[in-house]
Amino acid sequence: MTPLEITFHILGTAVIASPIALLCILGLSSLAGYKLGESVTSRLTQASVWLTSLPTVGIVVLMLATGIRYVPIELGNWVSIPEQHFHFHLKFAFDRLSIPFLLLSCTLCGVVGEFTRRYLHREEGYQRFFLFYAVFFCGMVLSSLASTIETLFVGWEMVGLSSALLVAYFHNRINPVRQAERIWSIYRLSDAALLVAAITMHHMTGEGDFGGLMSSGVWPEGSAAIDSSQALFVGVLILIAAAGKSALFPLSGWLPRAMEGPTPSSAIFYGALSVHLGAYLLLRLSPIIAASLTLQIMVISLGAVSAVCGAIMSRVQSDIKVSLAYASLTQVGVIVVEVGMGLHYLALIHIVGHACLRTMQLLRAPTLLRDVNDLENKIGARLPNETWSDAGHRRPKFGRWWYRFGFERGFMDVTLDTYVVRPFVCVASFCDRIERTITDKISSESSRESDNAELHPEKINRVA
Amino acid sequence: MPELYFPWIEVSILIPLIGAAWVHLLGQRDNLLTHAIAFCSLTLALTIGELIDFISLGTFEAHDHWPFLGWIFDPSVFVVDELSVFLIPLTALIFLVVVMSTLGTKAPRFSLRLVLVLESLTLATFSCRASWALVALLIAAAIPAYLELRRRKRCSRIYVLHMVTFAVLLITGYAIESTGVLIPGAMLTAATLLRAGVFPLHLWMTDLFEKGTFGTAILMTTPLVGAYAVMRFVLPIAPEWALQSIAVLSLFTAVYAGSLAIIQREARRMFCYLLLCQSSLILVGLELVTPIGLTGALCLWLSVGLSLTGFGITLRCIEARISRVSLSDYHGLYAQMPMLAGFFLLTGLASIGFPATVGFVGMELLIEGAVEVYPWVGTLVVFAAALSGITVLMAYFRIFTGSENRTLVPMNARPREKVAVLVLTVLIIGGGLVPQPGVTSRYHAASELTKHRKDLSLVQTPPHVELIQRSKKLSQSASD
Repeated sequence: MTPLEITFHILGTAVIASPIALLCILGLSSLAGYKLGESVTSRLTQASVWLTSLPTVGIVVLMLATGIRYVPIELGNWVSIPEQHFHFHLKFAFDRLSIPFLLLSCTLCGVVGEFTRRYLHREEGYQRFFLFYAVFFCGMVLSSLASTIETLFVGWEMVGLSSALLVAYFHNRINPVRQAERIWSIYRLSDAALLVAAITMHHMTGEGDFGGLMSSGVWPEGSAAIDSSQALFVGVLILIAAAGKSALFPLSGWLPRAMEGPTPSSAIFYGALSVHLGAYLLLRLSPIIAASLTLQIMVISLGAVSAVCGAIMSRVQSDIKVSLAYASLTQVGVIVVEVGMGLHYLALIHIVGHACLRTMQLLRAPTLLRDVNDLENKIGARLPNETWSDAGHRRPKFGRWWYRFGFERGFMDVTLDTYVVRPFVCVASFCDRIERTITDKISSESSRESDNAELHPEKINRVA
Repeated sequence: MPELYFPWIEVSILIPLIGAAWVHLLGQRDNLLTHAIAFCSLTLALTIGELIDFISLGTFEAHDHWPFLGWIFDPSVFVVDELSVFLIPLTALIFLVVVMSTLGTKAPRFSLRLVLVLESLTLATFSCRASWALVALLIAAAIPAYLELRRRKRCSRIYVLHMVTFAVLLITGYAIESTGVLIPGAMLTAATLLRAGVFPLHLWMTDLFEKGTFGTAILMTTPLVGAYAVMRFVLPIAPEWALQSIAVLSLFTAVYAGSLAIIQREARRMFCYLLLCQSSLILVGLELVTPIGLTGALCLWLSVGLSLTGFGITLRCIEARISRVSLSDYHGLYAQMPMLAGFFLLTGLASIGFPATVGFVGMELLIEGAVEVYPWVGTLVVFAAALSGITVLMAYFRIFTGSENRTLVPMNARPREKVAVLVLTVLIIGGGLVPQPGVTSRYHAASELTKHRKDLSLVQTPPHVELIQRSKKLSQSASD
């Protein structure tokens, strides 16, 4: 290894090790029941963000100075069975796609972490927030830098878990928890699609390395090493995964629900990073999309439909966070269209710009009324009250229908509940009833003692 | 056959038996639990010694022989090999943590004598290969749970019906094994699948969780004795088509149990279905009979043993404090038991193969193996895992969040529970971060098993098949 390669390796390893170290410290102290102080927790988080950002900047400077466009960081095989050609390769890559996304993640995580330090000061769940935040940060770094689909999956899962747990941050209330359950369910099913895609890619190309998948060149110049029908199959799975993570149509229903979480997490997840992760995945695997025209059309259509739905829905919301969430969806839809059209750099710039703007808007959301008052005081008059533009220009009946469509959030949740959740629950309940009938018949008494379980035994003074 | 340096196997089987007798002699004392923990700890230490000794020998199988104990055990009865060598300390650990996490107030309901006898029987089962001794041990291991049901004055018909069927099928199948492959194989398969709880023969498990103590139900099910029986009785003799059919049935069970776990309204039943789902996935891997699938199954076996025992004992700890846990509503117990909440989440995530936990690599291997054999059906493994994931987090939310519970009664983990929880945590995270040694060892075991199976199938090739193979070879050489 040359000195330059060694330097790249050290810096790259520091970038990956820093968030993992943060997660270990916060996680183990929490499991051991040791409560770190607020200032220690936030300082550790900031230190971790700096220790990820600075080596990344160092790598960028070195890349610019030497003209290198692609820096792989090989950490060897986490698991391998050489005889079966199975390996879980820990490989990360710094390239034109991962570096901007990583720097964006570090910047926004640092800003939101600093914001949270004051926002959640003396909150009961302060440490819990930062623990989940560390899971998220770790997941984002791994996803951004992943050079194999398995590593991407690890980061992807971590982002999903932290997202669900942070939506349920105010866990004494029932609504945030319910919404978190729903979000987790959608995430799990979309994660399953990504996992199947990963395994399928393994079988098609013999490896999960993005480099092997894009037979030539580094991003965005590579071309897929699979034929168009294979690309279509894998691409559809990836599209499902991306739709789940980025709340694209018809899985957008969870996005307003996610706003039950604290403002900092809403900003970083659903305004900035997590919501763009699906688009990032499509961007990373853009050569596969380019390999199949059908897939390209599907991606463009999905993005366009999501953008239109997001635009309609964001205009009729009465809650500022929900309205901003749908506005994010609109932009993510447009980004997906750009990816489908092969405008990779435009999509990347769009992600960076949109994430920064939306984070700022969401962080200001709690003080919106005060900001409006300030503004009105300064201009000395009321701000003009804008009506919904579409409703004004269309025929009343048609306008009303669109208004209802937006207000009911595109009927997406209702449709999923009616055609997916309810039939599933009906079939499972039917099987459960059959089992009950059989066991009741065999047994000389009621076969289910669990029916007698009290709903809230913890509320009465019967605890041991 | 190589011999171990110390009779670890026999001693580790005898110690819990002596412990049972000791606990019986002590009668009803306050410190009975401490004595039981001491015996379980000693057993665990012995099984770890056995593991280290076996690894140092570098062999596929070994037995121990000691003149002082030779008159009790025939040396050929208890043999440890690469497949069982990790399962034995795992079983001892499961028993130890379950006993350790038993609250003193609940000890009278939980018969420590029966638990120690069950431990001895389970360890002996895992130290036995296909033989009449294994048949006897598998049947005998079903008796402690029956005695407990009788003691608790609960209807044991469902349990008895299933276990008697199991015993009859196992004895008959094994007795007529030499007469052919199809009928004895079918009987042995049915018996082992019944013990493993494969659909539709799983009702005894839900019944045991309903009517038995939670501790006994965990001890009867989490060591996955049924999967061991499949490995010993079915795997060596069943033809490939039969194994793959069983794999599809197991896969169906996994999806079925995963679906039912989501809709359960009580924590024990949810746990039972979750365990069924995961254990069925292990069976899927075992029956694929490909090195990758088998390695995945053996890795997942260890991870499910660790993680679902942890998950189970956490639920049991909560149950011991507030009685049966309904999942129909939210309990908000996080403030009362933050450590148990964290452990519940960790073990739950480990059981579904979440990254950086012990189950992740095993699950990846299993999915890889399943998709390799059945490109379409194999994706159902992923679906079943997704369903389990939804169940785990839903259970977490229902139990620990969603309501404000300001009771002043302390509910946090006691020191003994904390030790049990931390031991499992270290293994779950350690195994997740450094999976290579475990995977290498399990792959070696899987390769040996595949090789043994191939050798056996060569030996057992029926004459007409051999004739066809020979004529094919002849025609091929003629055409060449």
